[in-house]
Amino acid sequence: MPITIETLDDSTCVSIDGELTIYTVAELAGALLPQMGAAPRLMLDLSPVTEMDGAGLQLLAVIQREAENAGTALSVTGQSLAVTQALELCRKAAS
Amino acid sequence: MSINLDQALQTFIVEAHELLQVMEQSLLQLENEPADQDAIGAIFRAAHTIKGSAGLFGLNPVVSFTHIVEDVLDRLRDGSVAVDTALIAVLLKSGDHMLELINVVASRGETLQPAALEREAALREALSTYQAPHSTPDTGVQNTETGAGDTSAEVLWHISLRFGVDVFRNGMDPLSFLRYLETLGQITQVTTLTDTIPVLDSWDPESCYLGFEIDLRSTASHATLNEVFDFVRDDCEVRIEAVDETSHKAVSIGSELVAQAEQGPLTASAQRLPATSEPKNRDGNYVRVNADKLDELINLVGELVIASAGASLLARSCQNDPLQEATSTVSGLVEEILDGALHLRMIPIGDTFNRFRRVVRDISQELGKDIELTISGAETELDKTVVEKIGDPLMHLLRNAMDHGIESADARRAAGKAGKGHLSLNAYHDSGSIVIEIADDGNGLNRERILEKAQERGLVASGAVLSDQEIYNLIFEPGFSTAEAVTNLSGRGVGMDVVKRNITLLRGTVDLDSRPGQGTVVRIRLPLTLAIINGFLVGIDKSTYVIPLDMVQECIELDEHQRQSSCDKGYLDLRGEVLPLVDLRNHFSHEGSAGRRQNVVVVRYAEHKAGLVVDDLLGEFQTVIKPLGKLFGALRGISGSTILGSGAVALILDIPALLNQIVQLEARTTQAPYSPTVVAR
Repeated sequence: MPITIETLDDSTCVSIDGELTIYTVAELAGALLPQMGAAPRLMLDLSPVTEMDGAGLQLLAVIQREAENAGTALSVTGQSLAVTQALELCRKAAS
Repeated sequence: MSINLDQALQTFIVEAHELLQVMEQSLLQLENEPADQDAIGAIFRAAHTIKGSAGLFGLNPVVSFTHIVEDVLDRLRDGSVAVDTALIAVLLKSGDHMLELINVVASRGETLQPAALEREAALREALSTYQAPHSTPDTGVQNTETGAGDTSAEVLWHISLRFGVDVFRNGMDPLSFLRYLETLGQITQVTTLTDTIPVLDSWDPESCYLGFEIDLRSTASHATLNEVFDFVRDDCEVRIEAVDETSHKAVSIGSELVAQAEQGPLTASAQRLPATSEPKNRDGNYVRVNADKLDELINLVGELVIASAGASLLARSCQNDPLQEATSTVSGLVEEILDGALHLRMIPIGDTFNRFRRVVRDISQELGKDIELTISGAETELDKTVVEKIGDPLMHLLRNAMDHGIESADARRAAGKAGKGHLSLNAYHDSGSIVIEIADDGNGLNRERILEKAQERGLVASGAVLSDQEIYNLIFEPGFSTAEAVTNLSGRGVGMDVVKRNITLLRGTVDLDSRPGQGTVVRIRLPLTLAIINGFLVGIDKSTYVIPLDMVQECIELDEHQRQSSCDKGYLDLRGEVLPLVDLRNHFSHEGSAGRRQNVVVVRYAEHKAGLVVDDLLGEFQTVIKPLGKLFGALRGISGSTILGSGAVALILDIPALLNQIVQLEARTTQAPYSPTVVAR
C-alpha cells in the first residue's frame, strides 16, 4: 500500500510511500482527494517518496488547490530528496 | 536520472538506428558525388537529431562524441572542409561508433569497453584535424553544447511550454525537459503553471495540464533549444524567444522578436525548421507495432483459420443451407483477414540490400579491387523474420564473391574483361517463393579443383560421375569448408555450409551456377512466409497429406493401364514429356493395396518437376504450419504438420526435399551429365 491515512483528532495524516509518479497518481488521487474537507487539517508526509515526476507534481498542485477550496489547512511534514529536487527544478516551494 | 522514459527511449533507439542508416547511405552517396548538398544536409541532420535526442535522455557519451562529428559536418556544410575519401572513411567509422554507443549506452545502459574507447579516441583524433582550429575536442556536455554550429554569446531565452494532455501517457515527463535545459545553461526563473488543471470532477490524474514559463541563460542556439522538444512537438505548444535584456518589457511580446533578423541563431533556426518537420510527416503514415504483438495476431489468425475450417465442415454435414452460406461467408472473410495479417509482416528487402553497399565499399577497398554493386528488385517483399535472418548468409556470400570470385583489376584486364568488377543483388518472386540472386562476373568456380578436393575429403566416391551443378553445390557440404590454401579457390568453401544451413532453416534452398571465366550466380530460394501456406490435400489410405499449393502444377488421373506401365518404369509420359513418378504409398510405407483409381499430382520446384502418385485428391486447404517435434527432426520429406478441420493431423510434404531425392536418384541411374540451364550473367 503506497499510502497510509491516519486520523488523529481534527487532523488527517497522510503518508505517501514509494513512487509519486504517473504509475501511482491515479491510485493516490483516488485515495487522497476524498480526504479534502474531511478534517480541518491535512498533514502530508512526503518523506518516504522515492521518485517524483511531472504527474506527481501535478497531483500535489491539485491537492493544494483542493485543500484551499475545501478550507482544509494543508501542511507538508516531510519531504524526501526526490521531492525536494523535483520541486526545486520547477522553483516551487513546498506548500 | 531515473525517469519514466523507457518507452520514449526505445523510440529514440529505433530512430537513431534509422538515422544512422540514412547517414551511412548519404555518406556513400556523397562519396560518389562529392558536391551533393542534399546528402551533406541529410548527414548533418541525422547527426544533429541524434545528438539532440541523446541529450534529452542524458546519454552524455553519445552527445559528446556526436558533437564532434556534427562539428566536422557543419564545416563540411559551409564549405570550409572539402569532401575526400579519407574524410568519408572517418565519418563512416564514426557512424559505426555512434551505433555502438547507442547500442551499449542507450540500449543496455552500460559503458563502453576499453577497446571501443580506444577506437573512440582514435576517431576523435582523426576528426579533430577537420575541426575548426580553435575548437578543441572536449568531452564535457557543457562545452560541447556551445559549438552547435552557430556559436554565439550568452542569450537570455524565454521558453514557454504548454504540455498536451497525453504527455504522461506517451511516457514523457515534463520535468525531464527542465532537467535537460539545466544542462544547456542556467535556468534563472521557472514558473509552473497549474491554472489550466480542470475542476476536480473532470480532472484525470494521468492527463497532463502543466505548463512552464522558463527563463534560461544559455549559449545554445535557438535550433538547439528547439531540438530539445522534438519528442513532444506533436503534443505540446513550445515557444522559444530571445529576450532583449536591455528592455525587459519585451518579454511578453517576445514573439515579435523572432522576426528580428539581427539575431544570428534565429536565422539559422529558420533554415533548419523545415528539415526537422520532414521526417515527422513521414512518420505520420506509420504506426510502430511491437513484432511480438504481430506474431501473436498471426498465430491467432492461424487458429481462426483452423476453427473456421472445422465450422464449415460441421455446417456441410448438417444439411442446413443458410448455415452453410453463413459459414462460407465467414471463411471468405477469414481468408481475407489472413492475407491482411500476413501482409503486415511483409517488408521490402531493399533495406537489407542497401546495407550491403557499405560492405561492398569497405571490402573492395580492403582488397584493392574496384567493385560496383548493382541492386535490383529492392521492392520485393517478404516476411520480416526471413528478411532478418537472411542478412548474414547474404553477407557471407557477398564477401566470398568479392574475395574469391572477382579477380584483381590486373587479372581481369589480362582476361580481357573490364577492370571494374560487377556484383549484383537481385530479388524477385517466383511460384510462391522469393528468389535472391547474387551474381558476380569473376572467374567462376574451378570445377576440377572442387571435385579433386571433394574426392580427397571422401565426399564423393572416386568413380562417381557428377553433373556440373552437383559439383558446384559440393562447396556447401560441411566437410568442404576447410579447404586449405588452394589458389583462386582458397577459402571459398569456408562457412558455406553455415550459409546453407541457415537458409535451410528458413525452409529455403540455395544453389549455384558457374561459368569458368564468366562468373558465378548463387540463387537463394525462400518461402514468402513461415507461418501459413495454401495447401492441397491428398489422401493415401486413411491418412491425409498436404502439398504446398504453390508447387502444384496440375492433377491427372492415372488409369489401370497407365498404372501398370508407369509403375514399372518409374515415370509417366506427360504430353510427350518425361515425368518421374513417386509413389507416396510406397514412399511412406503405407500398408494395404492401392485403390482402383489413383491420381498424379504434378509438382514443380525450381526447375525440377515430378509426379506424386496418391489415392485421393481432397482439395485446397489453408494450412497453418505446426513444426514437428524434435523427435521427428530427422524425418526427410516432411516439413511439418497441420490440424485439419476434423481435428485430424495431416503431414505437410517437403516437396524440395522429395524432388532432390528424385533428382539425385535420376542423376545416378542415368549417369547423364546435367548441364546447367542458367548462365551466369
